[in-house]
Amino acid sequence: MSDTQSHSAAFVRTETLPQLPPPVAERGAVKWVRQNLFATIPNAILTLVSAYVIISILSGVIPWIMNGVWSASSLADCREILVGAQGACFAVITERWPQLLFGLSYPSSEYWRPALAYLLLFIAAAPVMFFDLPRKLLIFTALFPFIAFWLIWGGTILTPLIALIGFVAGYLVYQRFVSGSFALGLFGGIAIAVIVWSVAGAFVPETADENAMLLKVQSRDLGGFMLNMMLGVTCVSLSIPLGIALALGRQSSMPLIKWISVIFIEFIRGVPLITLLFVASVMLAFFFPPESTVDLFLRVVIMITMFSSAYIAEVIRGGLAALPKGQYEAADSLGLDYAQAMRLIILPQALKISIPGIVNIAVGLFKDTTLVAIISMFDIVGMIRGPILSSSDWIGVYWELWGFAGVLFFVTCYGISQYSQWLERRLATDHR
Amino acid sequence: MSSITDPPNEAFRLSMLINDTRYRSLTFQAIAAIVLAALIAYLGNNLIQNLRQAGLNISFDFLGSVSGYDINQTLIEYDSQSTHLSAAIVGILNTLLVAFLACITATFFGVIAGVLRLSNNWLVRKLMAFYVEIFRNIPVLIWIIIIFTIMTNVMPAPSAFRGDDPDASMLFGSFAFTNRGVYIPAPIWGPGSLVVGLTFLASIVGIFAYRRYATKVLFDTGRLLPTLWPSIALFFVPTILMYFIMGQPISLDYPALAGFNFSGGTQLGGPLIALWFALSIYTGAFIAENVRAGIQAVSRGQTEAAGALGMRPGRIMSLVVLPQALRVIIPPLISQYLNITKNSSLAIAVGYADVTATLGGITLNQTGRAIECILLLMLFYLTISLTISGVMNVYNNAIKLRER
Repeated sequence: MSDTQSHSAAFVRTETLPQLPPPVAERGAVKWVRQNLFATIPNAILTLVSAYVIISILSGVIPWIMNGVWSASSLADCREILVGAQGACFAVITERWPQLLFGLSYPSSEYWRPALAYLLLFIAAAPVMFFDLPRKLLIFTALFPFIAFWLIWGGTILTPLIALIGFVAGYLVYQRFVSGSFALGLFGGIAIAVIVWSVAGAFVPETADENAMLLKVQSRDLGGFMLNMMLGVTCVSLSIPLGIALALGRQSSMPLIKWISVIFIEFIRGVPLITLLFVASVMLAFFFPPESTVDLFLRVVIMITMFSSAYIAEVIRGGLAALPKGQYEAADSLGLDYAQAMRLIILPQALKISIPGIVNIAVGLFKDTTLVAIISMFDIVGMIRGPILSSSDWIGVYWELWGFAGVLFFVTCYGISQYSQWLERRLATDHR
Repeated sequence: MSSITDPPNEAFRLSMLINDTRYRSLTFQAIAAIVLAALIAYLGNNLIQNLRQAGLNISFDFLGSVSGYDINQTLIEYDSQSTHLSAAIVGILNTLLVAFLACITATFFGVIAGVLRLSNNWLVRKLMAFYVEIFRNIPVLIWIIIIFTIMTNVMPAPSAFRGDDPDASMLFGSFAFTNRGVYIPAPIWGPGSLVVGLTFLASIVGIFAYRRYATKVLFDTGRLLPTLWPSIALFFVPTILMYFIMGQPISLDYPALAGFNFSGGTQLGGPLIALWFALSIYTGAFIAENVRAGIQAVSRGQTEAAGALGMRPGRIMSLVVLPQALRVIIPPLISQYLNITKNSSLAIAVGYADVTATLGGITLNQTGRAIECILLLMLFYLTISLTISGVMNVYNNAIKLRER
């Protein structure tokens, strides 16, 4: 066959040609640029405009950062070192570093304590955030609040110890009775814990704080970014159980319970956080017994916890509503009572759906902790606005300080939201 | 459910309160009511005792007394001899003003950024993602303070406009951007301006009527009437005609430099501008995410189906994609408006006299009426929130998918 052809045709190519590379405009960087930056004329104009914006911002910011002065004692010093050149005065951050992080009056010899608590926070949060870690680590997570309390406030170790013993006793009683009846377990546990606290609290001597291992620090001496972190972490963790209770209450078939929950949630969601902080600073004291003194930090924690629990309740309600009705019916048909159905079937699934929403609320709440600056607590915003910018050395150093605060918040919040997205992908086990 | 054939017909025992589902919910509610009543009684008792110790009482009489402080930016007549009540009303109007302005501009920023985040252009996409992330992850309080600082430090002082060769000059000779705020021309309403205004309103009504008529013609006969050019003509022509017929009754009062400051025109104070801009650009980042999610929620099949019907891209967008995207976008958009209103209470950080700063700030500190002031403040915000969520519910019901 091939023989006859080779004789009859003048020329027949017997081997394939080597492949040519695609045209220049259709490959590599050129193709990418053409497709992504200059596809059409309006697109090209947009590209040029945004390139101009980016370049003009960078050309201002980069030299400013590069020329930054990192050690000087005042703004005037900075200006002398810079001799007229454009440059940042980061010296304010290095000089006021402890104040920015720990506030004005936290004793400087004790800075290691909040720093250590901050490091331990990561260890405590790890098993909650990453499910692959050994479950034994959760024991440390449970101990962390007491350790952190002792580290930050100092004073006698008896206080956190008694609190811990109360919780352990309550938990043991709960474990003992929960298989019989959830209500019995819960209320029995609470009762035992309260008994332990009040009995053991009576044995703590008044002078226990004086010769304690760690120096006692007053709540009003807390400040800086530490205050934001403490408010954020405390209030979010306290508001999750409260939010679950409110969400279940709102779904309840009992009208009284339902309406209490609805009114609470809608009231809190309807007013700005700042009015609730006003309540904490000037009004809440009226509602405590006359002889008691509840310090501002605790009052703020109460109000912010109420605030975030209302929002978290709405997120969890969304999760509960998203569950197929069959799950509720299946739990009923197994003969589980309400508490068992919720604890074993409904809540584990509903909470899983709600995690991204809860993380969003947590990020928003963490940002909102800066509002305490308005009721004159010295968190990082309060520190910058108050003592640092009004000191004669650093008056007028706006960009460096606000930029620093912005970076701190950006790193934290962006990190958390990236984690939330990772978690969402990780938990996506649904069959949609 | 109806599997129990003969209900237990025994005498009532006390344990049935817990164990019998017929009575259990009543028991629980009774317990909850008792706990609630006890809590309220406890708190109320504490309150009464504390008030008696401090020699205070609950009374709203202070609203009628002279406030004795000035407010730099007011929408209604107000001076230091006015009452605390009118100070509160000034504050309420200022809150509504900044919230209203910020809602409009935030929507503007948000829609642009949201649409551009879906652009084919890589650079624009990344730039908008950067904008959204940086504003969403830094507290709004910090943004408000930063923008106020920029306002007061970067803008020229009014004195810079002075002299033969000034450092700063007014935009178009009528807008002055200073570190004390922005001065803009103010309209002066002469006699006959009412007629012009009414003509303008009538032409707006006319535009809507014409558009309805065009739709009706389209549905009845299939004929497509032009709407764009007639609308534009209706918008401008009658009003301008009437303006000249009435002898140009509306004129502008331009701001002019007098002494150390500008006089004439309207002053938008620095705090107002800073708060307005900060709220709109911060909330704009959130709205951008809502807009993006809404557009992405419309499935590609819709676009393709409309294309298969032979529609042009512009009509696909306006008749097919947007109506469906808006259904997703508008509920979160309205809750962002609610957030703007609530965040405008941060005005106190830059000294803008909103209701939190007047009623919850100066009035509270002057009169010491903490409980009354805060209750009124909460009542105001609660009213706004409930009104907006009521509107949202009506809207949600109106656009609900009619499913079979």
